[in-house]
Amino acid sequence: MAKIAFNISVVSYLAASIAFFVFLVHRRGSLSKSANILVAIGLVFHTAWIAIRSAETGHGPYTTTFEMVVFFSWVVVIGYFLIEWRYKIKDLGAFVIPLVFLFLFYSVFLSRAHPGEQSSEMLWMTLHRTLSITGYGAFTVAFAVGLMYLIQEHQVKSKKLGIMYFRMPSLEVLDTLNDKIIAVGFPLFTLGFMTGAIWNMKRDIPFYSWDIEKIAPLIIVWLIYSLVFFGRLTIGVRGKKAAQGAVFGFVLVVLTYFMHI
Amino acid sequence: MHESKLVMVGVNHKSTPVEIREKLAFTASKIEESSERLASSGEIVEHIIISTCNRVEIYARVNDHDLGISSLKQFVADFHNLKYEDLDHYFYSYRDYRAVEHLFRVSSSLDSLVIGESQVLGQVKDAYNQARSLEATGMILNQLFEKAFTVAKRVREETSVSEKGVSISSAAVELARKIFEDLENHSVMLVGAGEMAELAAKHLISYGVKTVYVSSRTYNRAVSLAETLNGSAVEFEKFADEMHRADIIITSTGAPNFIISKDMIANAIHKRKNKPMFFIDIAVPRDIEPEANDLENIYLYDIDDLQSVVTANMKEREKEAVQAMDIISGEVQKFNKWIESLSVVPTIVELRNKAEFIRKSELDRTLKKISSLSDEDKSSIDQMTLSIINKILHHPTTKLKKQTQTEDGHHYMKAIRHLFHLDD
Repeated sequence: MAKIAFNISVVSYLAASIAFFVFLVHRRGSLSKSANILVAIGLVFHTAWIAIRSAETGHGPYTTTFEMVVFFSWVVVIGYFLIEWRYKIKDLGAFVIPLVFLFLFYSVFLSRAHPGEQSSEMLWMTLHRTLSITGYGAFTVAFAVGLMYLIQEHQVKSKKLGIMYFRMPSLEVLDTLNDKIIAVGFPLFTLGFMTGAIWNMKRDIPFYSWDIEKIAPLIIVWLIYSLVFFGRLTIGVRGKKAAQGAVFGFVLVVLTYFMHI
Repeated sequence: MHESKLVMVGVNHKSTPVEIREKLAFTASKIEESSERLASSGEIVEHIIISTCNRVEIYARVNDHDLGISSLKQFVADFHNLKYEDLDHYFYSYRDYRAVEHLFRVSSSLDSLVIGESQVLGQVKDAYNQARSLEATGMILNQLFEKAFTVAKRVREETSVSEKGVSISSAAVELARKIFEDLENHSVMLVGAGEMAELAAKHLISYGVKTVYVSSRTYNRAVSLAETLNGSAVEFEKFADEMHRADIIITSTGAPNFIISKDMIANAIHKRKNKPMFFIDIAVPRDIEPEANDLENIYLYDIDDLQSVVTANMKEREKEAVQAMDIISGEVQKFNKWIESLSVVPTIVELRNKAEFIRKSELDRTLKKISSLSDEDKSSIDQMTLSIINKILHHPTTKLKKQTQTEDGHHYMKAIRHLFHLDD
């Protein structure tokens, strides 16, 4: 059952990604509509998978890497729909949904085994992982929006107005969106970081034994996003710099992830 | 043969110079007069006259293509007291699906001087409404024009043929709206109070800009322009200090050198904490040091940049027009099917009438010869012949109805008419 739900959602996201790409070239309103319907179908089965898995294991999808990647992609889709509903940016799907598909496709190669035994201090682990994963989800969407900003900015700046110029929203909308998403993602990520530290301490893992190689990149990630987050208000980090921050920060998050496993 | 023969005759900006076009124009009152004349001609069954500054076209349903076309041309010449021979080479004419296609192109603004302009659709609608009120149209032209409006709507919605600005000021506004989302919360400053700058500012105001600053070397000029634009005047010596208040700056002074340097702009953007600024330099020689475009969150367009945006937009529209033609060809085919399905009905009726005529006369002849039959027998024989005919004709007529929906349906109809000798 769970497997079928999982497969349907992966295929739906793939089909939606293709529809979004075709929509970039051929502006048929029906295309973007059907792409969104496909994403919605994907989300329904995605949610079903999480529900079934949680029922089987008796707790949320936070224990194995596989579960976390699936949960993380789910957060990204939710984030996508929230923005789509509020801002109606028709081409955002072309930038976000392929990422969701890639994450889920990657998760296919992860072990689906469940450890059985539960870690100690479940509350802190759940808090830490929910907050961090939601924060990473926000960073993913901020990455897509930042990418759109950089493409649009390049076109207006270089005065070479290609087809994307007409199809993408204004720089102001993209910059505002970047601001709002990071204003959500950054505090979540920070809290996730802190609850992670608490979780470690609760489990009596001494501070000095923390793996510096794993912690250092996370601190850099935190610094980048804090620069984007606080910099906007204080020294006017906005527009291109903020978009570059969101793109670079996310790339670093992905690299950090692969260093972690 | 009952067929809907469509023709169109016209001149437009491509085929005919304006000196001739203006002589051929039909004003609303002239259209009224000509409608009566065309209706009484006998050749023309239905007609619609479209007359705009770029084109004069008459669409008509006629009894005969060639006669219809030549009588329309003759009519246009006569009506305007011109010689047919002088005009003939200006006219283009199309028949049937070509005429349909041409109308769809015109109403979708693909045949316009500026592709994608929105006026022409309104003009075609006006022409259609007038023709209807004059009762110059019938089922075919009504359907044709209603279809032309939906095609135009599809083209507008499904292609971006009319999205891109094709004048300097519309391209500037478009750029402003790609940098700033809605212009209502943004401000514009005019440095130099030239006519072009005023025009661009008015365009921006029509898109919602509320705050306007005007600075000019002659302060009085700045004050008076600020009044007309509902803005405030800024002394010319102070505009550099005030520049950071504006999101969009339009320069158009007659200064021989740059009056706004990259440093001045760097200073202004710093004051606004990097909030983007859009500089439109429409002065020649230019007012703003071009290197300012290298600054982050600064977008600087001079008149040549805007002109090349306009040129690129024109090209984009032409590209979109190719895509629009796909929509149009599809719609032309659909319309043709509709026309053809109309003409199949009379053919089937004629076929049945002919069969019925043969049946009746043969039946009469036979029944006269056999006198021993009771009325009941006669009626059975009558029934039998009727069902023979029905059974024989059933398949060909349903097949014919179906085939006329396809591309080469008219061959089937011709064949049926030919084989059953329906055309004499």
